[in-house]
Amino acid sequence: MRDNDLYQELILDHYRNPRNCCSLQHPTHSASGDNPLCGDQLDIYLNVDGDVINEITFEGSGCAVSQASASLMTEHLKGHTIEEALKVFDKVHMMLTGLHPDEVNPEDEKAMGKLKALSGVAEFPMRVKCASLAWHTLKSALKNCEENKISTE
Amino acid sequence: MNENYNVEVIRKDFPILKKSVYLDNGATTQKPEQVIQRLNHYYRNENANVHRGVYKLSQLATEAYEGARSTISRFINCSEKELIFTRGTTESINLTAFSLVEPLVKEGDEILISHMEHHSNIVPWQLVCKRTGALLKVIPVSDSGEIEMDSFETLLSDKTRFLSLTHISNVLGTINPIKEMIESAHQKGIPVLIDGAQAIARTKVDVRELDADFYAFSGHKMYGPTGIGVLYGKKDFLEKMRPYQSGGDMIRRVTFDKTTWNDLPHKFEAGTPDIAGAAALASAVEYLESIGMDNIESYELSLLDYAEKKLKAIEDLHIMGNPEKRAALLSFTMGDAHPHDIAHELSLQNIDVRAGHHCAQPLMNRFNVPATTRASFGMYNTKKEIDILIGALPKIREKFKL
Repeated sequence: MRDNDLYQELILDHYRNPRNCCSLQHPTHSASGDNPLCGDQLDIYLNVDGDVINEITFEGSGCAVSQASASLMTEHLKGHTIEEALKVFDKVHMMLTGLHPDEVNPEDEKAMGKLKALSGVAEFPMRVKCASLAWHTLKSALKNCEENKISTE
Repeated sequence: MNENYNVEVIRKDFPILKKSVYLDNGATTQKPEQVIQRLNHYYRNENANVHRGVYKLSQLATEAYEGARSTISRFINCSEKELIFTRGTTESINLTAFSLVEPLVKEGDEILISHMEHHSNIVPWQLVCKRTGALLKVIPVSDSGEIEMDSFETLLSDKTRFLSLTHISNVLGTINPIKEMIESAHQKGIPVLIDGAQAIARTKVDVRELDADFYAFSGHKMYGPTGIGVLYGKKDFLEKMRPYQSGGDMIRRVTFDKTTWNDLPHKFEAGTPDIAGAAALASAVEYLESIGMDNIESYELSLLDYAEKKLKAIEDLHIMGNPEKRAALLSFTMGDAHPHDIAHELSLQNIDVRAGHHCAQPLMNRFNVPATTRASFGMYNTKKEIDILIGALPKIREKFKL
């Protein structure tokens, strides 16, 4: 059933019990994102030490897909470097939009771990924006980070 | 309800209804065979440009186009000169904003709308205000989803230059007391535009009886094609208004020094119009007339009544607003389930509803919800279809329970 592809138990679990769902008191980086068509809204907070994401959290409201995607993202990226996070962003983007499936090598696939639960979204073009909101918001937060770096150097 | 109303006979004219339970008629309606055939017939047998050629085909095209104007003006009870073809409600409102209201207002003047307007009846006025320094004033809406009439009377001030108001809310279904409101505005000399997008296919509209100065609607929400709509305007206003777009067909005489405008309604119809769309819209009007607007209205209200009772029985389901007079559409929230998840699950069961803010973000904010699910009924929906919707909802509520 296509139905099960989108709302896998893992997605519903992260929707019901979102991980890292809180704000950070003194984030090094943060960004807000919204999807005006749906009314979904998210804030992403990061504490980055050097290049490493020590803490990453989110707060917001939206559909099960957007909430679960944000929760899975925070769980996956904690402890990774910014460079790694941006690589994951690209892979997730490809997965959600169903692009270049041939280019995914088995090792990459393994590295995606639980994020693969989001792959069902590719079947539903109207829901891609729900799943990608957290990721675009993350990218915007990291971009701010780079800009900050540039301005402080 | 009229016993002769045979919904099964009507449904035979809409083969697309076999595909799904279509409950998004507030967004657009399906088209009967007669409308689709009309488009087909035009391009096969009558296609040429209008108001120009002396040859037979051009004459046929002109007759199709002007005949459509005649049919539709009779439907809303206005003269043909007062009926301007546009692309739809949005363009009709923009035309009025640009050609009438913008030159009329100056800094400090006020334009009045309500809190339940669609974005297309908010943004054009914001732009006029931005360009002129006029102020946009908003009539509040009560918790029950009705215009607050006391506030309305107070807001009609000696600074108010224009009132633009929806006939039926596309989110709440509220039928506004527009006749009474037009009368109040007229007592202070304020012209009024009514956004009839949701009303035109649901109730009999008589622009003279309403005494509306402008009435805007879209073809595709009244079982006609997309890309064609109407602006009705009183002749006295239209004659004084500046043109909206310029080019061919809207001129009388062009020299490099000076151009004079064509007579109404052509002054507001620059370029080659949507001839086939107009002809097919007239077919939609004839279709509605053959069933009867009163019959459609009472049938749809029986559907609404049925749906309302059944929806209210579902645990944690809240219908937005509770207006005394409601057309056959309603918005709701249900438990923890987000409207997008609800609509997604329904779509997997071939039930088409709308989820989101319905182009009415200020109203969503007013009711403190980011989005709602909306079921909007049309003349071809059935109680059986409502049962299918109702049957699907409790499981969805369970699935997304936190």
